[in-house]
Amino acid sequence: MKDIREDIAWAQINKDVLKSLENPRKLYWVILFIAIAMVGVAVGCEVYQYNVGLGVGNFDNPHMWGLYIATFIFWIGMSHSGTLLSAILHLMHADWRKPIYRFAEAMTTFSLMTAGLFVAVHLGRIWQIYFALPYPNMRQVWPNFQSPLLWDAMAIFTYLSSSILFLYIGMIPDLAICRDNMHSGWRRKLYTALALGWEGTDRQWRNFRMTYLTIACFLIPLAVSVHSIVASDFGMSQQPGWHITSFPPYFVAGALYSGCAAIITLFIILRYVFKFEEYMTMPILKKIVRLTFAISMVWTYLVWVEYATAWFGHNPHDQHLLLEKATGTYAPFWWMMNFCASVVPLILVFKRFQTNIPVLFAVSLLLNLGMWLERWMIVAPTFADGYYPWTWDHNQWPSLVQWGIVFGSFGWFTMLFMIFCKIFPSVSMYEVKEMVYHRSLATKKLQATGELAAAGKGAH
Amino acid sequence: MSISTLFENYSEFRHRHPDGDVPHNPYKWAMAIDLDACSGCNACSVACYAENNLPVVGKEKFAHGQAMHWMRIERYWDQDGREFPDRGARYLPMLCQQCEAAPCETVCPVGATNHTPDGLNSQIYNRCIGSRYCSSNCPYKVRYFNWYDYPTTDNVWPAEMNMQLNPDVTVRSKGVMEKCTFCIQRIRGAEIDAKTQGRLVRDDGELQTACQQACPTSAISFGNLVDPESKVHKQWRAQQVDLDKHEQVKDEEEGGTDLRGYRIYEFLAPYPSIMYLERVRESEI
Repeated sequence: MKDIREDIAWAQINKDVLKSLENPRKLYWVILFIAIAMVGVAVGCEVYQYNVGLGVGNFDNPHMWGLYIATFIFWIGMSHSGTLLSAILHLMHADWRKPIYRFAEAMTTFSLMTAGLFVAVHLGRIWQIYFALPYPNMRQVWPNFQSPLLWDAMAIFTYLSSSILFLYIGMIPDLAICRDNMHSGWRRKLYTALALGWEGTDRQWRNFRMTYLTIACFLIPLAVSVHSIVASDFGMSQQPGWHITSFPPYFVAGALYSGCAAIITLFIILRYVFKFEEYMTMPILKKIVRLTFAISMVWTYLVWVEYATAWFGHNPHDQHLLLEKATGTYAPFWWMMNFCASVVPLILVFKRFQTNIPVLFAVSLLLNLGMWLERWMIVAPTFADGYYPWTWDHNQWPSLVQWGIVFGSFGWFTMLFMIFCKIFPSVSMYEVKEMVYHRSLATKKLQATGELAAAGKGAH
Repeated sequence: MSISTLFENYSEFRHRHPDGDVPHNPYKWAMAIDLDACSGCNACSVACYAENNLPVVGKEKFAHGQAMHWMRIERYWDQDGREFPDRGARYLPMLCQQCEAAPCETVCPVGATNHTPDGLNSQIYNRCIGSRYCSSNCPYKVRYFNWYDYPTTDNVWPAEMNMQLNPDVTVRSKGVMEKCTFCIQRIRGAEIDAKTQGRLVRDDGELQTACQQACPTSAISFGNLVDPESKVHKQWRAQQVDLDKHEQVKDEEEGGTDLRGYRIYEFLAPYPSIMYLERVRESEI
């Protein structure tokens, strides 16, 4: 299996990556156009909903929350793997992350932006959203600090601003390369401003490394806390199916899982669209696939913990809800979720599928379908079969307005992501150079000591 | 205004209801509903619509679960195998239970729903941003959301019907949560009258909720639980139901096991302010 060549020239790396800013394949424009059209659908739905009221989403009593909250959790979850790749694996010195962490980190930022939109779209009075911010005012009115929803808003805002900072700081040396190599024009001015006068002196590198490491360390607990807090929205409430202690780790595992699956999807797309075959290599893909498989099994374990808690908890309401999930209105989706998220990943055990691009593309989409359904199956059935029997009398199906906004959110994410990849280098040039350099040093060392032949290596 | 005022004052406004905290004084508004007297006639519900400017959403939205009935009569069929004309039914008037430790209050991100010193679970329409977390966490599902801009919607209050709107009550706008207030406009009116006359609100019908007033069988009684002379207080005492317990211990020797008083979902410890009196029947369902 071909990995990145160790004798690749640094200028070649620059050239290949900078090319992605200039001429992607035609598919890029197709994807971007479709994404913008999808955003158009969502904007239309939101304008309609804003004018008429949330009733157009087909909400009712007791079905107060629907796809918006489910999709909100989905996008928050999606954001976690960027941090896993860029921060956790950075601390663990896993060098294979280097060519792919940049786009994963961008994925974090843009999926958080998408999730933030859902908080707003979900509100009955979106124009009063600033009431949820603790801003000083003459009336001395503060938000309610007991509410998990408020913790949520704060956690997301902190995570979003930190990950933008992390993404930007990690990009500074690359922005300088762009500044030095791009044609003059608005982009060059942009890179000049953003590169902050980077010259690559020793002192700059030292400060850069320190800053990057510090933010990485800061980001890791933040990432864990964000999804734990989203889990508290449910865990802290009193409803059957939500009031479960294992929710925070369960949510975090689910987040890493769907994020890893999304990284596989985007890996495959970027690799083709921006002609990154040289850098996004099969051995890297194999490593992410294995990571995804491991996390999928952790998630499967935790989901069974949830079922067991409900079933053996001697709470008739929880038991009733679990039975309703498996046999009631939501049963097809519930079983599909279990199939997609727990059974489908088993295919990743087989070595020949770990690098098979069409199979992996399909599997990664199925995994994320499963994870989206999982979020919906956490949110919706609790309303349909909650404590109060009077509310069991009718089913509810989200209207096309809700589906339209959910559909459009994927377009919004793709649009932001694709524009980012066209303007900023989505493969980290300086870190690929580092990786190649360290690998070639290791090879040379082995050659020098004559251990290479003995170890049977050298066939990269 | 600075952050320090936030830290200084915040705990002052956090209460632990109903135990381990300042007791309600001089008022704690509470209710007792006798299900044996309730005939399921819906008069209370109609009275509530008239008193509190509830939008009449129409057949279609009603069937859709978007009705705004703060006071609703729930019908439960007997499960004894008999068919319709002979089949028995039970009725349960359900309204906001004005919980002392209300699950809805803690979760509101903007603090739009709060506890008042006289034991009501209040809702501030102007503050509500419509996250609907309160309703998600309500065990009784008695909170109603303005899914549409009802005042401007056709046929909610058709021409001239808007003339009958109660001027003491806000007409709610799109995107806010609302619920039973125990007719807070009447409560405040009576409290202020009493205060200007230097006395407490009397328990002689001076203050009645709309549903209580409309009930033909007097199944609903409403009053000040703190006042030992009030009817509600006597009913609660007679049924050995205590506000601050989430599991009632009834005295068996004095016929406690025959007592009919109970509160719904007490085990969730919301400490509801409404006591129901069980229906007396020959057959158990």
